[in-house]
Amino acid sequence: MLQVDKLTKTYPTGQKALDACSLKVEKSQVVAVIGPSGAGKSSFIRCINRLVEPTEGQIWLDGSEVTALAPDQMAKMRRHMGMIFQEYNLVERLTVMENVLSGRLGFVSFWQAFLRKFPQADIDRAFDLLERVGLAGYENNRADALSGGQRQRVGIARALIQEPKILLVDEPTSSLDPKTARTIMGLIAELARERGLPALINIHDVGLALMFAERVVGLSEGRIVFDGAPDEVDEQILTRIFGEADWRQTIRHAAEDAEALERRRAAAPDGGDGAEPAWQSGAAR
Amino acid sequence: MSATDGSQAASASTRGRSWRKPPMIANPVLRYGLLVLLAAYLVYAVDDVNFDLARFIAGIPKAIDMAQQMVPPDFSRWQLLLDGVLESLQMAIFATAIGVVISIPIAVCAARNMVPKPVYLAARGYLGVVRTLPEVLIAIFLVKAFGFGAFAGMLTLTIASTGFVGKLLAEDIEDLDPGQVEAIRATGGNWLKVLLFGVAPQTLPRYIGLCIYRLDINLRESTILGIVGAGGIGATLYNSFGRYEYDFSFAILLSIIAIVLVAEWASGAIRARIT
Amino acid sequence: MTGDPSMADGIYTPTGRRIWRRRSRPETLRRFGLWLIGVMIVVWAITGLNVHWPFVLDAPQQVADLAGRMMPPAWSFTGEIVAPMIETINIATLGTILACVLSIPVALLAAQNTTLNRTTLWIARVIVVTSRSINELVWAIIFAAIFGPGPLAGVIAIGIRSIGFTAKLIAEGIEEIDRGQVEAIAATGASRAKVIAYGILPQIMPTIVGVVTFRWDINIRQSSVIGLVGAGGIGITLNSAMNLFNWPQVTIILIAIFIVVMASEWVSNLLRKQFT
Repeated sequence: MLQVDKLTKTYPTGQKALDACSLKVEKSQVVAVIGPSGAGKSSFIRCINRLVEPTEGQIWLDGSEVTALAPDQMAKMRRHMGMIFQEYNLVERLTVMENVLSGRLGFVSFWQAFLRKFPQADIDRAFDLLERVGLAGYENNRADALSGGQRQRVGIARALIQEPKILLVDEPTSSLDPKTARTIMGLIAELARERGLPALINIHDVGLALMFAERVVGLSEGRIVFDGAPDEVDEQILTRIFGEADWRQTIRHAAEDAEALERRRAAAPDGGDGAEPAWQSGAAR
Repeated sequence: MSATDGSQAASASTRGRSWRKPPMIANPVLRYGLLVLLAAYLVYAVDDVNFDLARFIAGIPKAIDMAQQMVPPDFSRWQLLLDGVLESLQMAIFATAIGVVISIPIAVCAARNMVPKPVYLAARGYLGVVRTLPEVLIAIFLVKAFGFGAFAGMLTLTIASTGFVGKLLAEDIEDLDPGQVEAIRATGGNWLKVLLFGVAPQTLPRYIGLCIYRLDINLRESTILGIVGAGGIGATLYNSFGRYEYDFSFAILLSIIAIVLVAEWASGAIRARIT
Repeated sequence: MTGDPSMADGIYTPTGRRIWRRRSRPETLRRFGLWLIGVMIVVWAITGLNVHWPFVLDAPQQVADLAGRMMPPAWSFTGEIVAPMIETINIATLGTILACVLSIPVALLAAQNTTLNRTTLWIARVIVVTSRSINELVWAIIFAAIFGPGPLAGVIAIGIRSIGFTAKLIAEGIEEIDRGQVEAIAATGASRAKVIAYGILPQIMPTIVGVVTFRWDINIRQSSVIGLVGAGGIGITLNSAMNLFNWPQVTIILIAIFIVVMASEWVSNLLRKQFT
């Protein structure tokens, strides 16, 4: 699915953000990329859709080489990569619906986009997604009138309406309070699984990473220093990624939370998508 | 939230549900009414200014012709050019020097917190008239009263400066920290001492900034007042157009652009340093 | 004594008594020097002006005389200035619309973050500087020479004159936009044009509305004088009244200009409060 080969990024200032990072992501896998700030997480994820231009290395998505594309082909390629941002990055002065539909910009003509005349299929999809993320009825609210959690839900819908082949998620919870952060993270992981999408999620909160990801990648000073399952992550590994600190509490809490989540999934009649999913509490405040 | 009620639509019912961006004006009669009015106004206004496509098209070769005559600019009469430019500079500098001094009492009189109401109203009235009338109109009158030449231009710029600096300084005085003024008043200072030690120090940096900004504006304005006979390079420019000496006109225009750019740059640099 | 920290700074007389001075000596000298240069420039400006003093001394009487001839205003003339006054407003409005249409592409090219390359940035900046540095009267003279005297020249003069101002302020607005919103639209695979339409335009809309209504107010004032050089509007009426020494008519025209300019300022403020 996604293959990254020896990706290197050196900024014009001489700062080396990424140093020969290689990674292979198979279908439908939630991958958490953890690491301290400045480790190169943001550069890594932005190199994949070339919002940041890689210096060296290759990136392949579904058999085509992303790094070899000309600018206009790259725009077409980006349609297959949904991105979710830390600061939500909604167009603040537009309505929720326009923000969600902006995910279809790569598929419509300029005048369709300019006059907001999107195909009915896109509008259907947008309504479905708004309902799915818990924002039914909010389509005509302006983005700047929403709370942080609601904005991120719009951001998720915007990424998903692209019907992407992969989700690139950059610190989705850093601007949110702890409770909202957890529901949003849960929502992203759930939707990715539901749609069989691989998701690459940058996150500095180890607890959330261990709780929701199927695979954890540790990035430190531009290098991948760990790649494995969440239950393999121990004190030593966290020390290798983040440096010396007392990690026991973090791991224990994360394990307990993951267990609780698992229990709740098992208890629900239809295997998780039950009566009141975790992400829905506090949706439409 | 209002948006939640009435829209608990299940996914089945959202199929085929259309969506349009909510219009800025909800009432359709008002919305289309305004659009029709706007269109009607545009048609009428274009007609009123005698927009004539034929005349517009006829102008294009004339414009090209004029541009060709302008290049290369003719600096051979640089003595005449320099005289005009220097006169403009002198007008602007002199007017700024006097204008910013006269602005101080006017600003004090136009500050609500400094003077009795009748004085305030009179000063505000003066500022209103001076700031509303275009400078060129003031210049025309002063030319009638004082004859052609730089003196009328200088006076125009002086009066306009008092309007500009006076108004902004007055607003500054009205906004200043009453605590500091109170402190001076509490030491037993009279009105003048309050002004000197309480008001002046707080407003001084902005005042100097305003003076330099106004010098910049005066330099610009001084280059065109000559068109109505009030001295400076403007008269030379107007005459050159009248005599179809477009290459000389272009030389003058380039000089004016240079003055404006230098003045703007210097004014910006000085203001950035003092504030 | 020199090692005593309590006396490290400050100024002392030879007897050791501490005195207070507002500024240090070099600073005082520097300030004095700057003042001296300033005064010299002003003196040069005064002496260079060649003021004809008898005229100046005569001035109060001249002004009083002129004022006397201007009174009372020719109220009967009011009906005849309505049409040119409306023409003035139309020139300002159409000129502003022209400027608005032309200045958006110029602004996009004049902003560091949306310009195509160095050449386009440079061209846009030349347009901005030229438009701003040349006065509306001069633009009016130029376009009256090209399109013939009349309001058409006025509309174009006002439009061209306004581009620099509006484009410069809109470009500054573009440079201050939130780049995250633009990045997000680019990440969906939108083309450059769509990124501008979706990511940039909504962000700068308030700036555009504010700048354009503000400029309209300025343009009303400017279009009331461009008639002096033949470019239409009330200025033409004013010019002919003055050439005929019909001072009571001049008074009524001035009153009309005053009222319209005041009203436009009020309307412009109202619009800006409404939309931004």
